[in-house]
Amino acid sequence: MPDIDTLPTDPAVENPAVGIDQTVGDFTYDVKYEFDAGSGLNENTVRYISSVKKEAPWILEFRLKALKTFLEKPMPTHWATKDLLNIDFDKIRYYLSQGQKPKRTWDEVPDDIKKTFERLGIPEQERKFLAGVEAQFDSEAAYSNVKDIVAKQGVIFCNSTEALREHPEIFKKFFGKVIPTGDNKFSALNSAVFSGGSFIYVPKGVKVAQPLQAYFRINAENFGQFERTLIIADEGAEVTYMEGCTAPKFSTSTLHSAVVELVALKGAKIQYITVQNWAPNVYNLVTKRGVAHEDAEIKWIDCNIGSRLTMKYPGVVLKGKRARGEVVSIALANDGQHQDTGAKMIHAADDTTSVIVAKSISVGQGRSTYRGVVHIPKHLKGCKNNTECDALLINTNSRTDTYPAIVVRGDTHSVQHEASVSKVNEEQIFYMQQRGLTEAQAMSLAVNGFVNDLVRQFPMEYSVELKRLIDLEMEGSVG
Amino acid sequence: MSAPALSATAAPSLDSARFATHISQRGQLPAWWLETKKAAWNQFNALPMPSRTDETWRFTNISTLDLSGFELPEDASQHIPHLADFPHTAEIIFSNRQVVARTTVPADLAAKGVIFAPLDEALAQHGDLVRKYFQKLPANLGSEKFVALNTAFTGSGALLYVPKGVEITAPFVLQHTLSGANKAAFPHTIVVLEDNAKATLVEFFVSADQSRHLASGVNDLHAGPGAQLTYVGAQNWSGDTLSFQANSIVVERDARVLSLNVHLGGRQARHESHSRLLGPGAHSEMLALTVATGDHEFDQRTLQTHVSPHTTSNLLYKNALLDTAKTIFSGLIIVEPDAQKTDAYQKNRNLMLSNEAEAHSLPGLEIQANDVKCSHGSTSSRIEPEQEFYLQARGIKLAAAKQMLVFAFFEEVLNQLTDEALHASLRTLIESKFKK
Repeated sequence: MPDIDTLPTDPAVENPAVGIDQTVGDFTYDVKYEFDAGSGLNENTVRYISSVKKEAPWILEFRLKALKTFLEKPMPTHWATKDLLNIDFDKIRYYLSQGQKPKRTWDEVPDDIKKTFERLGIPEQERKFLAGVEAQFDSEAAYSNVKDIVAKQGVIFCNSTEALREHPEIFKKFFGKVIPTGDNKFSALNSAVFSGGSFIYVPKGVKVAQPLQAYFRINAENFGQFERTLIIADEGAEVTYMEGCTAPKFSTSTLHSAVVELVALKGAKIQYITVQNWAPNVYNLVTKRGVAHEDAEIKWIDCNIGSRLTMKYPGVVLKGKRARGEVVSIALANDGQHQDTGAKMIHAADDTTSVIVAKSISVGQGRSTYRGVVHIPKHLKGCKNNTECDALLINTNSRTDTYPAIVVRGDTHSVQHEASVSKVNEEQIFYMQQRGLTEAQAMSLAVNGFVNDLVRQFPMEYSVELKRLIDLEMEGSVG
Repeated sequence: MSAPALSATAAPSLDSARFATHISQRGQLPAWWLETKKAAWNQFNALPMPSRTDETWRFTNISTLDLSGFELPEDASQHIPHLADFPHTAEIIFSNRQVVARTTVPADLAAKGVIFAPLDEALAQHGDLVRKYFQKLPANLGSEKFVALNTAFTGSGALLYVPKGVEITAPFVLQHTLSGANKAAFPHTIVVLEDNAKATLVEFFVSADQSRHLASGVNDLHAGPGAQLTYVGAQNWSGDTLSFQANSIVVERDARVLSLNVHLGGRQARHESHSRLLGPGAHSEMLALTVATGDHEFDQRTLQTHVSPHTTSNLLYKNALLDTAKTIFSGLIIVEPDAQKTDAYQKNRNLMLSNEAEAHSLPGLEIQANDVKCSHGSTSSRIEPEQEFYLQARGIKLAAAKQMLVFAFFEEVLNQLTDEALHASLRTLIESKFKK
C-alpha cells in the first residue's frame, strides 16, 4: 500500500489546525501545580475548589447541593453502555491549577503552559482568524483574550471563574437554567466541581464577525476536567464559538464532563462548533443544550473523533415562535472507541423547526451510536422536524446503532426520520481503482465523499484538517 | 391508588388457589406440561411488574397495568359475533376459553397429516409436537411476566401443523371471544409449517360486550425450510380491555412469513412481535394497522433479528390516530455479526387525525455486520392538504375525501394480502371501527 500522503486529495498542510491530528496533542509537561484538590470526591473537595476560587456563598451552596444530587443519581446503565461502570471516581483529581487569573498576553503565561499551546498552534491561529481565544489548562484558563474591536462592541468573553466574580448579575440570571443540576448524573457532577469554561455575552444587535475560540487541554494523568460554558446572545446578536481539545495518551483513564448552556434571545443566532479529539482513554460525558427564543437560531456542529467513550447529545429547546434548531453531527469510531452521540430537539412553541443530520463512520471494531429525541408536546401548531442519520460501516466487525425517540402530539406537525446503514459502495471503489487509485485511496475518497456535505459547514481550517484525519484513520482499514 | 396494584401478588382472583384448581382440572394432560405451567406460575410471581426505567416499556403508561380483580370465566357467552365471512379451510371458535364451535380439517388434508386442534386436545394427542415448538424461541421484548401468566393459565388457543410439501390456500380461522365483567383469556397458538408447506392462519380476538377484560396471548409461529406462512391477527377487544400479545416468528432457510396485525380495540393494548431469520433466504414481512380511538393506548414493540447471512425482512406499521389516543411504536433491527448480506427495512407511519392524539416512535437499529442494507423511517403527519384539495377539486366533499385518503393509507398494507376475500373482510372490519 502506498503512503497515504501521496493521495491526490491530500492537501499540503503546513500548519495543521489544532485538535485534529492525535499525534500533535500527544505530549505532556511536568507542571508544578499550586492548587490541587487531591484524588477522590467528597464535600471537602467541593469546599476546597470553592475556597480557592474565593466564591460567593451561593455558589458553594449550589455546588454542595449538586454533589448530593450526583451521589444520589444512579449510573444510567439501563440504557447506556456498561463501560460507564469502569470510571473510578475515587482515583480522579478534580482540581489542578497554577492560579485562577488568566493572562492577557502570551508572554505572561508560564513557560510550560505557553509551550504546550504553542505546540498546539493556538497563538498562531488567534492571529490568523479568531476574534478571541481562551486557553484552558487542566482546571483553569491560562490565557484569555478578546480582540479590541470585539471588546469595544461590548462583547464579554472570559472564563466562568472570572465571570462569576465580575459579571455575577448576568451569570446568575442564566446559569443552570438551561441545564438544571439534576438533568443527569454528569451534569450534577459538573455542577459540583465545575471550573473554567467560557462565558460569553453578546449585546443586542452585535454581530461578531470572526469566531471566538476556546481550547481545552488536559495535561495531568487521572485528571477530570469539568468546564462550564455559558453563552448568551442578546436580541438580534450573532456569534460563532469553536472549541477544540486534546490530551496526552495516558495509560489510565481520564474524565471530561462539561456542561454547556446557550441562550439565544429574540432573533439571535448562535453557532457552536466542536471538534472533539480527546486521546482514546478519555471518557467524554458532556451535556450541551441551548434555548432559542422567538425567531432565534441555534446550530450545533459537533464532530467526535477522539475519546474512549463519548456520550453527548446537543439539544435545542425551541422556546419562542419560529425558533430554529439544528444539529450537524459527525462521528468517527475506530478500534476501542464508542461514539454515542446524537441530538435532542424539544419543541415548545408554535411554528418551530428543527433539523438533525448525523453521519457516523465505524472503522475496525469501532462502535458508533445515534441517540436522538424529538419532542413535540401537546397544543403546539405547525412544528417541523427532519432527521437524517446515515451510518457507514468499513470493516466486517464494525458496529453501529440507531435509537431515536420521536413524540408528536397533534395533527398540524410534520415529522420525518430516516436512517440508513451501508458499507462503501463496491462499484465506486472499482470505478476509482480503474482510474489508477489504490483500494485504500479509493476508500478514503469514498469516506470523505460520505461526510463531505457536512464537513463543508466547518470553518475552512477545520474542514481541511478533518479530511486529512479521515485519510489517516482509513489507513490500514482495508486490505 | 394504583401503586399497590403494581405488586406481583395483586391478582387476587388469579391467585395460587385458582391456579391449583386450573392444574387439577388438567390431570389428564402430560406431566411435562403441568410442570411447565407450575414453573411459569412461579416465574410470574417472581418477576416484577414493568417499571418506569425499563427501556422495553419506555413511554408505556405503567400505572394502568392493573391485573387486579380479573378471573377465569367458567361459562361460554350466549352471543358470539361471527367474523370469518370469507372462505376458510377450518375454524375453531372459543368463547370465554371454551370451544363453542368447530369445523374439522377436511378429510383429504387430515389424511396428509394436517392437524388443527384446540391446545388442550393437541397436548393430549400430539404432546411431543407441542413440546418441540412450545416457547422454544420466545419473543424477547419485555413481556416475560405476562407471557408467564399466559403459560400458567392457558387452555385456549390451538395447534396448526402442516406437514412437508402440503399447500393449503384457504385460511384456517381461530376466534377468541370474551364476555362478562372482569373476565380473562390466555390463548396460546402454535403454528408449525414443515418444509415447503404453505398455509394461512387468521386469528380474531374480540369482546362480545363492552366489559372490562384482560387478555394475554402468546403465539409461536414456525416456518420450516421453504415454507410460506401467512398469519393475520385482528384484535377488536372492548374499550375497557387490557391486552398483551407476544408473538415469536421463526423463519428457516428460504422460508417466508407474512404477519399482519390489526389493532382496533382495547383500553391499553400491547403487541410484541419478534422475527428471527435463521437460514439463508429467509424473509419476514411484518405488517400492522392500528386505528387508535378514544383515550386508548396502543403499544407495539418489534424486533427483527438477522442471525444468518442472506436474510431479508421488511416491516411496515401504520397507525391512524384519532381523539386523544396514544400510540407507541418501538422497533429494532439487530444484524448479528455473521449476518452479512442482510437487507432489512423498518417503517412506521403515523397519520395524525386529531390535535390531541399522541404518537411515539422509536425506530432502532443495531448493526454488527458491514455488508448490509438497512434503513428505517418514521413519519408523523396529517393528511396532505394538497391531496384533499385534489379530490375536492373533482367534486368530492371534504369529509368523504378525508375518509378516502385514510383508507388509502391502510390499503398499502392490506394490499400485501393475496386472498381477496380475506382482504375485503378485514377492510370492512377496519372501516366499521373507523366510522363509529
